[in-house]
Amino acid sequence: MSTSTLERPAPDGGTRDQEPAGSPALATLRRHWRAASLLGVLLVWVVAWALFKDQYTLVIGGSARTPVFDWLGDRSAWVEQAAASGSNVFINLAGAVADLVDSVFAWLQGIFTVAQFPRPLPQIGWLGTIAVAALVAYVAAGWRTVALVVPCFLAFGVLGYWNDAIDLLIVTFFAVVVSCLVGIAIGVLMAHSRRVSALVTPVLDVMQTMPPFVYLLPMSILFGIGPAAAVMMTLIYAAPPVIRITAHGIRSVSGPVIEATDSLGQTGFQRLWNVELPMAKRTIIAGINQTMMAALSMATIAAYIDSPGLGQPVLDGLKRGQLGTSFVAGIAIVIMAVMLDRSMTAAGFRAELAARAGERGGPFRRIGLAVAGIGTLVALYLSHNYIWANEFPSQPDLGTPLRNAVDRFGEWLRTDLSHLTDGIQRGFTDYALNPIQSLFADSPWFVTAAAILAIAAVVGGRRAAVATVLCLGMILGLGLWNHAMETLTACLVATVVVVLLAVVLGVLMGRSNRVDVGLRPLLDMGQTLPPFVYLVPILILFGPNRFTAMLAGVVYAAPVAIKLVADGVRAVSPNTIEAAEMAGSSAWQMITKVQLPMARSSVLLATNQGLLYVLSMVVIGGMAGAGALGFDVVTGFRQSSAVGRGLAAGITIVLIGIMLDRITTYGAQRASAASPDSRA
Amino acid sequence: MFHIPFPRGNSMEPKRPRTVAAALAGLGLAVTLSGCGGGSIENATAEGDTKCDDLDVAINPWVGYEADAHVLGHVAETRLGCTVNYKDLDEQVSWKGFGSGEVDVVVENWGHPELQKKYMADQGGDGSAVDFGSTGNEGVIGWYVPPWMAEKYPDITDGKNLNKYASLFKTTESGDKGTLYDGDPGFVTNDEALVSNLKLDYKVVYAGSETALIEAFRDAEKNKKPMLGYFYEPQWFLSEVELVKVDLPEYTDGCDADPAKVACDYPVYDLNKVVSKDFADSKSPAVGLVKNFTWTNEDQNLVAKYIAEDQMDPDDAAKKWVDDNADKVDAWLKD
Repeated sequence: MSTSTLERPAPDGGTRDQEPAGSPALATLRRHWRAASLLGVLLVWVVAWALFKDQYTLVIGGSARTPVFDWLGDRSAWVEQAAASGSNVFINLAGAVADLVDSVFAWLQGIFTVAQFPRPLPQIGWLGTIAVAALVAYVAAGWRTVALVVPCFLAFGVLGYWNDAIDLLIVTFFAVVVSCLVGIAIGVLMAHSRRVSALVTPVLDVMQTMPPFVYLLPMSILFGIGPAAAVMMTLIYAAPPVIRITAHGIRSVSGPVIEATDSLGQTGFQRLWNVELPMAKRTIIAGINQTMMAALSMATIAAYIDSPGLGQPVLDGLKRGQLGTSFVAGIAIVIMAVMLDRSMTAAGFRAELAARAGERGGPFRRIGLAVAGIGTLVALYLSHNYIWANEFPSQPDLGTPLRNAVDRFGEWLRTDLSHLTDGIQRGFTDYALNPIQSLFADSPWFVTAAAILAIAAVVGGRRAAVATVLCLGMILGLGLWNHAMETLTACLVATVVVVLLAVVLGVLMGRSNRVDVGLRPLLDMGQTLPPFVYLVPILILFGPNRFTAMLAGVVYAAPVAIKLVADGVRAVSPNTIEAAEMAGSSAWQMITKVQLPMARSSVLLATNQGLLYVLSMVVIGGMAGAGALGFDVVTGFRQSSAVGRGLAAGITIVLIGIMLDRITTYGAQRASAASPDSRA
Repeated sequence: MFHIPFPRGNSMEPKRPRTVAAALAGLGLAVTLSGCGGGSIENATAEGDTKCDDLDVAINPWVGYEADAHVLGHVAETRLGCTVNYKDLDEQVSWKGFGSGEVDVVVENWGHPELQKKYMADQGGDGSAVDFGSTGNEGVIGWYVPPWMAEKYPDITDGKNLNKYASLFKTTESGDKGTLYDGDPGFVTNDEALVSNLKLDYKVVYAGSETALIEAFRDAEKNKKPMLGYFYEPQWFLSEVELVKVDLPEYTDGCDADPAKVACDYPVYDLNKVVSKDFADSKSPAVGLVKNFTWTNEDQNLVAKYIAEDQMDPDDAAKKWVDDNADKVDAWLKD
């Protein structure tokens, strides 16, 4: 969740932790009161666990039903009936929107990917599509970007997924355009009104933490089976970044600039249009970029309700037990993500340059544009009229050899490594996961709740405690307490691993360019490869269990955290480093005494993001043997009798996310306020 | 360019799928263009007869289903000139699609009494779904062990002996008990009730998906690890690893009436086709085809193997089987 990244309220209690000039012993105690109280809480918790283990744990059976589940199930049934009877205004409106989206989508597909009778092929085939893409890239971002975009498009074809890739681009394009239209407007409103901001922020939190499996079914009821439902689903998950970042960008337009231009007597709209939006342009483009990445990450999930695109071959591979098929389609998604990310960044950079120089382009550029335009027209003509320029050639074919290689790799994992990995899985589960889970889930519920609350209060203060009480209360009310504790444990343990990885690798990357250059592409891939693709190799190695699910969460969350720490370490000022070097620090001292403490806020942010990313893998974990809330959510999607349970589990996941976010965010604020660098 | 609004399931308009082609014909768009010259798209107009319209076939997420659907679809396309749209959907979503006109056919249904109650008229549902008879496939659900175990412990295939071997099946997920792996939450299962009612020293652990279950069985056979898990036939994986079924107390009529008290094996499911009411009432030639479609478990396993193991495109796999079994296909088209 990017709340914490962007919206940091003014640090509170900045002076609270200043050491009094009393006795040194007292000072030490004061300084460490937090650690001491945490230790105290833990001790009491363990004692209570030992005494009352397995009592009041609120365990419920796999098919148990509660009034809450039934109530939620009835709500869902009500929506379904309203959709069937067509008597509800909102639902008819949704139907109208869906018809519109579906028909525009079908029209675009007719141009790019689907033959429309009586033409045996689409209007524009691969050559025309690539030419148009290249032209757009050239106009928006320049020649370098064309040199990136064209090979990427060719790669889609050579990997054997031309049509799926273009379909996915269309879905993504749709979702991103709507996100921006709606999102930038809401972002602007949020920046100008505290009340709107306070109202919208929790909604965005829910949109980003609610597992998509929960709204798959409602979306397909409201918007039908097809691209419209896929676009709407993608929208829910992808719109929040652009909204948050637009609000942040506009809020941070400097006060003096606004005052200066206001003194010329401009209206509010003029100020927005001429000052705020242009000055926040680069930030907003960064937001659009994030929205685009989020939209792409929904490709696989949306394929569960027949969304066209690369998600389908990923799921096909999963269904057919073909690791290679999933992988090749997944790589095509990675290529698309990298292509869009880099082009968008380049376009943002260019927009800024253009704004600064006020250039409309020299003769050079005009000639370039003319040539590119004519070239595109020729390509379009060929593509419309000749089969060779329309249907992507089946040779050269990179997909098949890659697929076979990956399948062989899977076979090798199965035979040669799996004995070795069993020990790791067993050891970690027996000595780390099980004891911690027992503490959370086998203690009486009120003991665990009190302990979590105490920890929240110590770490994050009063506001964190209030949020925790509310969230825990609602989790209790929803009736999945025991599963919630299992899921919470898995998330916390996974996050510890993520943060350790982030600190070690982040420091290495921050200190060495070579490591950075070597690791970054891997991290990009880890962030954009659909989790189902690496879930299968992990399953092969470790079998279906909580450890496997946790590991998948770590793979998904670690790249973000590592990048944050690396950037933090890199941002430590060279002067400080130089001074420390002059003072004769060893490399180890440099890391532990200078770089890590200075990058403290990055590490805290990495922890926060790590938790939320891990949490978003809970459902996929449920499909790999983790059980608990993730499994409940999937059950709700798969079985009509369990819809209510699935909803309850989804809401519980949201509540866990909000609780962890608040505790870590407020905790980080207090820590930063207390740290030496921010006090200076 | 003309655009065709996608079929969508809502109230306000009547069902569209079959109106689309009618509209096309009405607008005179089905005109065949003529001309000459090699490699030009204008000349290579789509072939096919439009008397069969769109046929929307749901693809539920398992390979055996895919085999049925593509064989049926291939025949509908090549013999009847239908335009077949395959839609990758879950069972629950597919059945909802009957009422909204987005799905015509579910090709392989495993019971699903809760969906029947909701959508079939004779079960008190809204009548949007109609049973269209058996596919000829027999669905078997049960508990399976990898072949090496059946060989080493011959009496393990009798459910009465499971407690004797429980300690073999201990995993990190089941504490002191043995692990019984269950698969996808969408699968029909009574396993939690069975374990407690048969007083078995086991804990049901949800592998969570069919993929996870299959990988676990692969590993169990290859590396000689003990494993007991839920599985079913017909399933392509059984041709890769011949899992052995464990016998539970025999199924008798009604022994599974109360889900909480089940203490018997699963019944043999007569897998059937389910179609939408609108499709059943339509004049489409595909109606007869869907109704007559039957084949054997071996047939399905073969096509499923083409798709899953030989990595053939499902349509190519279907074509191969159809070409090899012309007599069976002809029987479906007689009417």
